Amino acid sequence: MNAEQLAARRRQNRAGWAMALPACLLIFAFLITPFFMAFGLSLTNQRLISPNPAEFVGLRNFERLLGVGLLTLDPLRDENGEVRLKGGEPEYPRIRSFTRGNPDYPRLNRMREWFRIDLPGDRQLVVLAKDLVFIKALKNTVLFVAVVAPVQSGLALILALLINRPLRGINVFRTIYFAPVVISMVVVAMLWRFIYDGQNGILNSLLGIFSFGAIEPISWLGNTSTALPAIMAMSVWQGVGFHMVIWLSGLQTIPQPLYEVARIEGATGWQTFRYVTWPGLRNTAILVMVIITMQAFTLYPQVQVMTRGGPLDSTQSLVFQAVVRGYEKQDIAGGSAISVLLFLFVLAISLFQRYLTRDRD
Amino acid sequence: MGQVLLKSVRKSFGSAEVIPDLSLAIPDGSFTVLVGPSGCGKSTILRMIAGLEDVSSGTIKINDRDVTYREPSQRGIAMVFQSYALYPHMTVAENIGFGMILAKRPKAEINKRVGEAAAILRLEHLLDRKPKQLSGGQRQRVAIGRAITRDPQVFLFDEPLSNLDASLRGQMRVELAELHSKIGATMIYVTHDQVEAMTMADQIVVLNNGRIEQQGMPMELYIAPKTRFVAGFIGAPSMNFFEGSIASQHDCDALGVRPEHIGLRDDDGDLTGRIRHAEQLGSDTIIYVHHDDYGQITVRAEGNRVLDIGSTVHLTLPAEHLHRFRNGFRIQD
Ligand SMILES: Nc1ncnc2c1ncn2[C@@H]1O[C@H](COP(=O)(O)OP(=O)(O)OP(=O)(O)O)[C@@H](O)[C@H]1O
Ligand SMILES: [Mg+2]
Repeated sequence: MNAEQLAARRRQNRAGWAMALPACLLIFAFLITPFFMAFGLSLTNQRLISPNPAEFVGLRNFERLLGVGLLTLDPLRDENGEVRLKGGEPEYPRIRSFTRGNPDYPRLNRMREWFRIDLPGDRQLVVLAKDLVFIKALKNTVLFVAVVAPVQSGLALILALLINRPLRGINVFRTIYFAPVVISMVVVAMLWRFIYDGQNGILNSLLGIFSFGAIEPISWLGNTSTALPAIMAMSVWQGVGFHMVIWLSGLQTIPQPLYEVARIEGATGWQTFRYVTWPGLRNTAILVMVIITMQAFTLYPQVQVMTRGGPLDSTQSLVFQAVVRGYEKQDIAGGSAISVLLFLFVLAISLFQRYLTRDRD
Repeated sequence: MGQVLLKSVRKSFGSAEVIPDLSLAIPDGSFTVLVGPSGCGKSTILRMIAGLEDVSSGTIKINDRDVTYREPSQRGIAMVFQSYALYPHMTVAENIGFGMILAKRPKAEINKRVGEAAAILRLEHLLDRKPKQLSGGQRQRVAIGRAITRDPQVFLFDEPLSNLDASLRGQMRVELAELHSKIGATMIYVTHDQVEAMTMADQIVVLNNGRIEQQGMPMELYIAPKTRFVAGFIGAPSMNFFEGSIASQHDCDALGVRPEHIGLRDDDGDLTGRIRHAEQLGSDTIIYVHHDDYGQITVRAEGNRVLDIGSTVHLTLPAEHLHRFRNGFRIQD
């Protein structure tokens, strides 16, 4: 290479970098900087708008979010030492007496009851949380991931298997299943509010028709026991087409002769799946599980549009809480701390999945 | 027991008719090779016998049993694919015993049968490996082992050796021939390599555009090809064809002479040409001669001949080795 060629090469390189520069700047400004800022802010008491300068507070934000306490309660007894009953049940001291400035229990100060477990001998174990809303958001998010990841990936695989055959008009089905994916989640959530409506939602009407009026209308999103499952069902429906396409691409990498050998050897449908299809989908399965887990952890637009965390915090989610804290309550530091925790959860789970699915040979 | 009969079999893919009307008898215990140019329908025929492809019409019988609409597993066949089709996540032993694993046979029986197949194919030391840890030849032996454990009446091979290099292919040819004589089952073998066809077959079926051009023993096809297509296809290098005046002299429209039958003279001959190129193979020499009227003529001379490129040579066409064709068909003497 002579000097002239070198110069030309260098000019070309410079032009390339110049063209990539705007994108790099934007990624830096809106992705990389906020990512590291979240780490920084989560260690301060920064507020969105505040006259006071932010101070470094160490891990206090995290302590507040994750603080849980345990309390064992003995039932109240009367003068004779008999357990006092109230409506046939033993009566216990009020939690407030421990958590409101009780000098004997400084650790439990300002905590709230999360749930309680009955212990033998009429005693009770009470689990308390410093930030009950966050703990509920965490629990709901984990539950959401635990249900949506297997159901969505499983359903997507079934659809992919059904659709992966050379039938006429099969593209119509592919399009139908994929359609929800290209619609924004916000729009989908708005539409599903009508489906779930408590008075004359489509779901209630259908249930009424098919049960001849036996099933009373249910306020799907207004009920603590149905709101989160309703959001799960809708989310599965919305995303299943996307994962179906990933499974499909995986299915198409399995060489046809492997199926033909199975036919010649007399494999049943299930055996073909077990010995040919599923092993051939190993890498696809890893991909699908990692993607679904990450997506499910960032549960937000559905909650924002459909329930805003209610009723009674039964649909709180981590990202929803991060937004509510950071912007509505102006507690940027608290919101950042939640984002950092979310990042660490997802990272940990991804690493764990990688470990579980590692190549053992 | 393993006789295969195809009667008026047709096959179309959509509007494209690949096999127009094919009837073929493959005797029990034979090693039948289907040869023909790429796309002539060899694999399609084999796959119809296997049941992997439906026939459009006609019947297929194996061992006097009509299997036209039977599932592949019900036909008493085993198939070996060009791509080996081994399961990458299974060990060699599991691959060989796959059919018995599916049939939930007892472990001891599986181990015994896998061991027997491995012994025939010299795979005993590889049983715990995964396919990707094997060489191409070993992989193909595993695929053959899987076929053996099915204990089929008919083995079907679709170009099993074409992914192997030349020396390995030669070795596997011998092994397959030995396997055939050891097992005695009918074998149907698809290839477009006519060396494989000539060396392994006791019956060759030459196909062209889904039709049988000729069916017979290798030497029959070599000595008396029925059509010009067969004459050109069987034998390497290919037969020379002369048209025009020299053909009319012999009362035909194409005169064929195999390269190994053309004589090379310095003084006088039937044709005179100029040497363009010579390939020395050691055992013999392939000489490409240019003739002003007939174009390129291939000559195969025994031994290692040193020849001057560009020099003039005289060629003789011995009367006992002439093949005469009219309208593509052989004229019987
Ligand atoms: N599934 C299919 N759909 C449509 N056409 C097909 C299909 N399978 C084969 N064909 C066509 O049938 C013809 C015969 O194919 P086949 O695979 O039998 O050829 P072949 O003789 O085995 O060729 P090769 O030596 O290249 O393997 C080809 O023209 C091919 O394009
Ligand atoms: Mg083929």
